[in-house]
Amino acid sequence: MDWEVILSDAVRSGIGPVAAAYALAAIGLNIHFGYTGLLNFGQVAFMLVGAYGVAVSVSTFGLSLWVGVLIGLACSVVLALLLGLPTLRLRAEYLAISTIAAGEILRLFYRSSWAEPVTGGVFGLQQFADEFYDINPVPRDRYGFWLIKYSSQDLWALLIAWGLVLLITVLVALLVHSPWGRVLRSIREDEDAARSLGKSVYSYKMQSLVLGGAIGSVGGMILAIDTQSVNPDSYDPVVTFFLYTLLVLGGAGRVLGPIVGAILFWMILTFFDSALRQAIGAGVIPQDVISAPEVGAVRLALVGLGLMLLMIFRPQGILGSRREMMLDVR
Amino acid sequence: MRVSRMLVPVFALLLMALAPASAMAQSNEVPRGPTFLDRALQVLVDGIQFGSIIAITAVGLSLVFGTTHLINFAHGELVTIGAVVAFFLNVAASGPGWHLIPAALVAIAAGALLGGLIERGIWRPLRKRGTGMINLFIITIGFSLLLRHVVLVFYGTRPQSYREYDIQQAIDLGPVGITPRDLTIVVLSVLVLLGVAFMLQKTRIGTAIRAVSANRDLAEASGIDVNRVVLVVWVLGGGLAALGGVFFGLTEIITWDMGFRLLLLMFAGIILGGLGSAYGAMVGSFVIGIVAQVSTLWFPIDLQNAWALLALIVVLLIRPQGILGQRERVG
Amino acid sequence: MSVDLSAVAAEPGAAKPDPLLVVDGVSRSFGGLTAVHVEHLEIQRGTITSLIGPNGAGKSTLFNVLSGFDKADSGTWTFDGRPATGRAAHRMARRGLVRTFQLTKTLSKMTVLDNMKLAATGQRGEQVLPALLPPLWRRQEKEITGRADELLERFRLAHMRDEYAGTLSGGQRKLLEMARALMVRPTMIMLDEPMAGVNPALTQSLLGHITDLRDEGMTVCFVEHDMDVVMGISDWVVCLAEGRIVAEGPPSSVAKNPAVIDAYLGKQHDDPEARGDDEPAE
Repeated sequence: MDWEVILSDAVRSGIGPVAAAYALAAIGLNIHFGYTGLLNFGQVAFMLVGAYGVAVSVSTFGLSLWVGVLIGLACSVVLALLLGLPTLRLRAEYLAISTIAAGEILRLFYRSSWAEPVTGGVFGLQQFADEFYDINPVPRDRYGFWLIKYSSQDLWALLIAWGLVLLITVLVALLVHSPWGRVLRSIREDEDAARSLGKSVYSYKMQSLVLGGAIGSVGGMILAIDTQSVNPDSYDPVVTFFLYTLLVLGGAGRVLGPIVGAILFWMILTFFDSALRQAIGAGVIPQDVISAPEVGAVRLALVGLGLMLLMIFRPQGILGSRREMMLDVR
Repeated sequence: MRVSRMLVPVFALLLMALAPASAMAQSNEVPRGPTFLDRALQVLVDGIQFGSIIAITAVGLSLVFGTTHLINFAHGELVTIGAVVAFFLNVAASGPGWHLIPAALVAIAAGALLGGLIERGIWRPLRKRGTGMINLFIITIGFSLLLRHVVLVFYGTRPQSYREYDIQQAIDLGPVGITPRDLTIVVLSVLVLLGVAFMLQKTRIGTAIRAVSANRDLAEASGIDVNRVVLVVWVLGGGLAALGGVFFGLTEIITWDMGFRLLLLMFAGIILGGLGSAYGAMVGSFVIGIVAQVSTLWFPIDLQNAWALLALIVVLLIRPQGILGQRERVG
Repeated sequence: MSVDLSAVAAEPGAAKPDPLLVVDGVSRSFGGLTAVHVEHLEIQRGTITSLIGPNGAGKSTLFNVLSGFDKADSGTWTFDGRPATGRAAHRMARRGLVRTFQLTKTLSKMTVLDNMKLAATGQRGEQVLPALLPPLWRRQEKEITGRADELLERFRLAHMRDEYAGTLSGGQRKLLEMARALMVRPTMIMLDEPMAGVNPALTQSLLGHITDLRDEGMTVCFVEHDMDVVMGISDWVVCLAEGRIVAEGPPSSVAKNPAVIDAYLGKQHDDPEARGDDEPAE
């Protein structure tokens, strides 16, 4: 077993564009769940409309990529309004179930033969981000350190992805430490109290849903632009569950929680993946216990187990404070 | 609320806009055979059959929610495990190769046992620790991921069928046809649902379940052993889920994620009927099943679940408390 | 003391010289059971008015309806001369009617100071775009912090300023909730059983705070089922039984009113296991 390969695989994945995209989506979810207490189980739907907003605008309608970005953002706002209007006045469970349902509805519609002329159906759409790579200022060369190497294109995508993560994190930090953020937290704690003090809870919940959803759609765009492809089946409900896992891992309701969570989540996931494959290849784990194709399933089972254990034994995550969590048990 | 009502047509339009020329193209090749009415009756029958499977699985989920307020995202996995256990006993090369009926009975027992074990091993200790409700939701999500992928490791990704009752000739009932297998499933499902309803209304434990659902504290204060009631609900829910899994595997196909795909339809049925009401879950599930099948009259079959879920969102817009639910003002 | 109510007739629905809250024909029922049915009620500005009645009389339900936390089935009411029927809770609060809750609703995972600052109204930084530019709201924030500190001092909570509200004792939470309500600068404050579950020493201090509020010109209305607590400080007492007003008047006259004695004793005689909750369970 080559530990250097395993560790470098883990690091590459932890700082990779997918981790950045997940970090963005999780920042949005953190606004919903971490600060406002909204149970949005359909964050993947926002990623999907963001990704397809870009892809469809360019591939199907021949618009500019930048117009596509605006369309993706607009779609996420519309989706948030559609979801929020009926459910934000109801008990939390309704939002949870309608959001997960909405994500699945969108995925099914986008992949259907019915929508194929627009969305590419099950085949998805490809090669729509050339405009993004055309303005790449990074000189053609090989970059990297250790066993981790990037082409200039990879580096460009990576810089933009993490740059956006940083920018949005700063904005979110400003917001949550403002009086606006104080109202959100009060809604998370007790919405009736917020209401009795003159805060329009419904309006704030809606603002939170729209803002977090729009940030989630940016995550979807990064995912789409990085691979130059969209496919409906990458937007499975499971993605939202991953986002919850990494958010809880990093610390929900903490500004840096989603970033720390996303990096660690992908490092750990890839570490298991790479280590299991190496172990099977080297015969350390016999083929009939776990075969190579089963590695993917095993690591997802471990994600599930990890999420359960985290939630049971350290629900405040890495960055959260234990004291704050203890206040829950009154 | 008035604003949101106006959104229904907007939402519908938004989705219609997605349907371009392809929908038109299909109408050119309408089969000459059955009339529209015949096809409508046929999909109605199919819908009732699909709805009966959703209902059987959703009742347990609804009862668990009613008694403990837990939204159990891992309920779908109980369905899958039921189907897969029966598969191993019935088909798998390493299994005993039993006939499906004893295999299904053992699967139901296994589902009931698993439900009970989960309640005793996970949820009861967590409730005792005072774990918050939202944390519990997320734990069920983790549990669902865990179970689903453990099934995947053992079962694999290949969709498979049971050995018996796989291919049958439909009985001709005038305009509609139904295979003896599907007819049996509908009849058995309805009987089981009636049995559950009878139990809830007439037996001591059923009364206790309803009491705990209505007001847990009051039930506890009046001497009902809430933990025992919840355990019974889990055992019942697990058994019903496994039965539903076998039925689902029979009518469609057995896959590692069949339960998870069904889970959303169960949720839709439960919310449609009114969250927390077992009878509501039954009614809502039939509605969902029928909507899913009837939508195939006009829309491609790969969208049938999407229409069923859309029905859920439309109902939330116009009657958030569900068909049988009580008006409850929150906010 | 501050307002003379001696000229007002001590009968249900009596008109007051300068009413702040006027209620007409408000009713609310739960599943066929009428919880509240109030023909007419006026609450005089600048007084302490107590709403008494046995458990299940509908006091809290009336409170919830008037403060926008529940919907009335019928009826109208005005607040400060303007219609207020069916207005949302946060709008009522902004118009100056602030309420507290029987089970205190402190925001546990926020500090005591944040609890206070949250309650200030008209904060510019509560809008999403200005929130991004701290210079726009920093001065206002400072002013709010000053006001919050003064109130914390007055309610003897200053030493807990930076602690999580979740660490406060039950009595301290009641104090915090009252202080927080004052941050809204209300014209009327509705207190839902402020004395429930509070030790006798703190009860005295709470009563003192309530009288102070009245003396500063605020209108106080509170719900209490224990008659003895309210007699000493109320200017006017309204007694509810089975959702209806059975008596109102100055404390001394209400205490002697046979309808009130009936409501309290009758209830206990007929129905020894009267519901422990004001609202029937659904």
